[in-house]
Order: sequence, then structure tokens, then C-alpha cells
Amino acid sequence: MQDFRPKIIAFYCSNCASSAAKIANKMNLYLPEEVKLINVPCTGRIEILHLLKAFENGADGVCVFGCQEDSCQYINGILKLKKRVEHVKKMLEEMGIEPDRIEVFSLYAGKGQDFVDIAKEMVNKINQLGPIF
Amino acid sequence: MIIAEAKPISEILEMVKDFSKILVVGCKGCVTVCNVGGAKEVAILASSIRIGMRKKGKEVEVGEITLERQCDPEYIEELRDIIKDYDAVVSIACGVGPQFIAERYPDIMVFPGVNTKFMGGAIEHGVWAERCAGCGQCVIHYYGTMCPIARCSKSLMNGPCGGSNHGKCEVSPEIDCIWDKIVRKMMAQGRLEELLKIRPPKSWLTARDGGPRKMVREELAK
Ligand code: SF4
Ligand code: SF4
Repeated sequence: MQDFRPKIIAFYCSNCASSAAKIANKMNLYLPEEVKLINVPCTGRIEILHLLKAFENGADGVCVFGCQEDSCQYINGILKLKKRVEHVKKMLEEMGIEPDRIEVFSLYAGKGQDFVDIAKEMVNKINQLGPIF
Repeated sequence: MIIAEAKPISEILEMVKDFSKILVVGCKGCVTVCNVGGAKEVAILASSIRIGMRKKGKEVEVGEITLERQCDPEYIEELRDIIKDYDAVVSIACGVGPQFIAERYPDIMVFPGVNTKFMGGAIEHGVWAERCAGCGQCVIHYYGTMCPIARCSKSLMNGPCGGSNHGKCEVSPEIDCIWDKIVRKMMAQGRLEELLKIRPPKSWLTARDGGPRKMVREELAK
């Protein structure tokens, strides 16, 4: 438990979250090493199976960075994703796994600092929860 | 189509907890269309079983297959070579599927992975409603082409009960009173008089009251 280094999969969309990531980069703010990024065109493309597969393949936590609810380029991708994340939380709970291991965050395109801060918070949270299995 | 809903994953984990090689079998028929038992849901359930069992401290092998249909023996036969490698099956077809699999492969434990709900259709994306109760002698044309058996909470066939309230059923404000709709439609079509016609009582022999049903089409049967 002491040597526990969580693995966190972070999906992020090509729009707001991507801009936030670029700005973070320009500000020389870097994501914690525990967080592995996966880019998707829109968070609405992320299905329940993608989220579960991350856990099945060893992730201790999963987070999704997307746009604000009213600024999704594809109208309501982030809203669809939020419903799916709620569903996965329920499924995790039924399996005896903490639902907090998966979260979704709406970012503003210009807020690079938020992107990195939230990722760090997620690492802290998963660190406290420890490994799933 | 037949509408079903997924069983909670906790219930399925409890069913399969003593097995280590589990085959999840989907169906490309109704349950694919109502997003509960097609190839996508097979993958979701298989992944959930792997995660859930690992959480219980047990590694299991979970196979995935989706058949054309689970209500025709020729498709169930496709499992013959595959099923040997497993010690339990979870079928996510309607209740017919797991029974057809169990009849054909009597040595293996077969579990139902969904709760089969009713015969109906999608009234909007993600919302399904009941339309038919399979009574075996369809009479909806007497009722503005709306089924009072499936759609009236009391299956009343001679008019509304006293609980009909501004178009809603007394059982719940979520339920439309189908008799309100029947009367309005018959009025709109100028056929209200037809509802006054005395009809012989409905025979329920063609429904479940006649026992489990079977249909033989002589011109098709061997
Ligand atoms: S009358 Fe019978 S067959 Fe026709 S829709 Fe109603 S339950 Fe189904
Ligand atoms: S209120 Fe309408 S739908 Fe409800 S039981 Fe009475 S007649 Fe049937």
C-alpha cells in the first residue's frame, strides 16, 4: 500500500479540454506522471465500455475532461457523457468499488491551471482510496 | 419488440460466483434494438463480470458471443463447439433465450442476465412503452386501435373506471388513461357509437388462461 502509485486514465476532448491542456503546457504546468491522457474528438464519443475497459485493464481511477455543458461543439456530448459516468458509478458501487474512482470535469478553454490542479486532486483522491483490487 | 432491462450487476455476480469460465451470450433481435442484449451490452457485461469477480478476489475467464437470435434452434446450435469450454452461461436475450440454450445444452448452468418486461416499442430514444399483452385474439380495432388489455391498468374492455382523471389513470399520474384516449379518438373519427355495441365476453382461452401456448402451422411444420 505504501508503494502504491495509482494509474489514472484521463480522457479529454479536442475542444475546451484540449485548449486548457495546451495553455497549461505553455505555462510550464505539467500533469502528474500517474495520469495517462487519451484524446477523443468529443466526450460524447466515450461509451460505458471505454470507461469500464480502463478499470478492467488496471486503472485505479478514470477521469474525463470536457467542455462546459453549454459549449459542446457537438451540442450535448458532455451531457451524454455525464449520464454515462453516472451509470458507471452505479455499476462500480454494485461491484463493491468506490464510485468516486470515476469523475468528469467541465473545463474552460483558457484555464490551463485548472486542468493540472484537477488532475493532481484526482491523483490525491485515488492515492487515499488505494488500489481497487 | 420484446422489451427487457439489464439485471443489476450485483445480482449477476452472485449468480456466477461459483464459476470460473463464464460465457455471456447476446442476441441480435429485440434486445439489441432495446439496447440491453446486443454485442455492445455483451462486452459491457463481460467486462463488468471480470472487474466484479476480481474485486471479489477471483480471476475468471469470460467469453463473449452474440447470436443472430436465441429463439431459433439453428442459432443456438452455433454454440455447440464453444459452450464446451465454459461452465456457466449468462444469456442476455429475453427469457426465451436462456431456456432455449438450457434445453439444448442440459449439462451447463444457464442464467438469465436481463429482466424481460413487456411487448412494446420505443416512444422516444431510451423510453419504451407496453402495447400488447399477447391475448391471442386481437380486438384493438374496436378500441380506436389501442389495446385496453395491455394499456388500461385494469384491462377494462367496456369503458373507463371511475378513477379516470383528466386523461390520467388513477393508478399513477405517469400513466395515461387509455380509455380517455380511446373515447377521444372514437369521437374524432365519428365512431363513438361503436363503443356501445354489445359484444360477447372475450374468451381468455387464447391467452395464458388456456395454459402454456403453442402454435402449429401445418403448412410449415415438417
Ligand atoms: S387485443 Fe390482445 S393481441 Fe391485440 S394488442 Fe391487445 S393484448 Fe395484444
Ligand atoms: S383510470 Fe383509465 S387506465 Fe386507469 S384503470 Fe381506470 S380506465 Fe383503466
